[in-house]
Amino acid sequence: MIIAERKPVGEIVDMTRDHKKVLVLGCRGCVTVCSAGGEREVELLASLIRLGAKKEGRKIEVQEGTLVRQCDKEYVDSLDNWKGKYDAIVSMACGVGVNFIANLRPTTMVYPAVNTTFFGGSADQGVWTEQCAGCGNCVLHLTGGLCPVARCAKSLMNGPCGGSQNAKCEIHSEVDCIWQLIHDRLERLDRKEQMLEVAPIRDWRPAGHGGPRKTLRDDLSV
Amino acid sequence: MSDFTPNIKAFCCHYTSQQTCAEGTEGLKQDGFPESVSLFRVPCTGKIQVSALLQAFEDGADAVYVVGCPVDSCHNVKGSQRAAKRVVAVKQALSELDVEAERIEMFHLERGFHPEFVAVAQEMDKKIKELGPSPLKGESA
Repeated sequence: MIIAERKPVGEIVDMTRDHKKVLVLGCRGCVTVCSAGGEREVELLASLIRLGAKKEGRKIEVQEGTLVRQCDKEYVDSLDNWKGKYDAIVSMACGVGVNFIANLRPTTMVYPAVNTTFFGGSADQGVWTEQCAGCGNCVLHLTGGLCPVARCAKSLMNGPCGGSQNAKCEIHSEVDCIWQLIHDRLERLDRKEQMLEVAPIRDWRPAGHGGPRKTLRDDLSV
Repeated sequence: MSDFTPNIKAFCCHYTSQQTCAEGTEGLKQDGFPESVSLFRVPCTGKIQVSALLQAFEDGADAVYVVGCPVDSCHNVKGSQRAAKRVVAVKQALSELDVEAERIEMFHLERGFHPEFVAVAQEMDKKIKELGPSPLKGESA
């Protein structure tokens, strides 16, 4: 899922300072699962925006809402339910949601309430770790299912780099060296010889270095 | 600031406040429990959401505190630990709003009647009288 974390409250209060009526809009997708922008977080942020405004002696009306997703037009269309009740939206969705609202509501001001950080999973209660970089050219079949693009500090395709110590990364000493894990896993799977194959120089265009990416599925568009 | 009477809301779990509250309002008063503190009893502090703590500030509290079981002997195992984390979350939010983080506190107390139950109320009362009204009430803007 997409992992996000709420921006500092002061920053969000600053964004909304010029507005009298705002809609704090959550998303029931990824940001609900990572506790950054679901219904509960909407309630908290709405409260904090009201308190921040009150502290400055300002009056602000704060509406609360949560969409099934903010990354689909059909759900963004349901913003009509709050028509006339807000003059700006504070989106607690990932950056995709903020962009979708900006795309579909040309005259509505929309602000991001979260920092969208990475694609990851829940490693433990309250802990999320990056697992995928969305690089557009998956090599997991060569690396035992462990991603060197997202999980190696240098995104090396022919690791390890030689700097790891005691199976930990030299950049972040608390992080496992992913190439050590790849080696150990391939060894357990009796596929260690895969490590000897030299990966060619990578074309990073599918990773976004060639501009915004787009997927077309002709079979789905009618 | 000496005539300022704070509005302090205290959330207490059933177990830490049971015997103390059995004395009733008058009994508490005789023990020196400050009148500035309003008690809200909950089955377990682990049930208190961050939103409830913020709502207390929205409702005009100058300070809020939570009294739960000792960290390692909560009746519901981890309830008071959860509450403590939520109090820290509110402290963080208050700091981000440039409001004194000590306007919210967590206390871990033993069950039964203990002078500490009254002492923490007096401590909060004294501290908040020194700090003055909460900026979140918008009265100083």
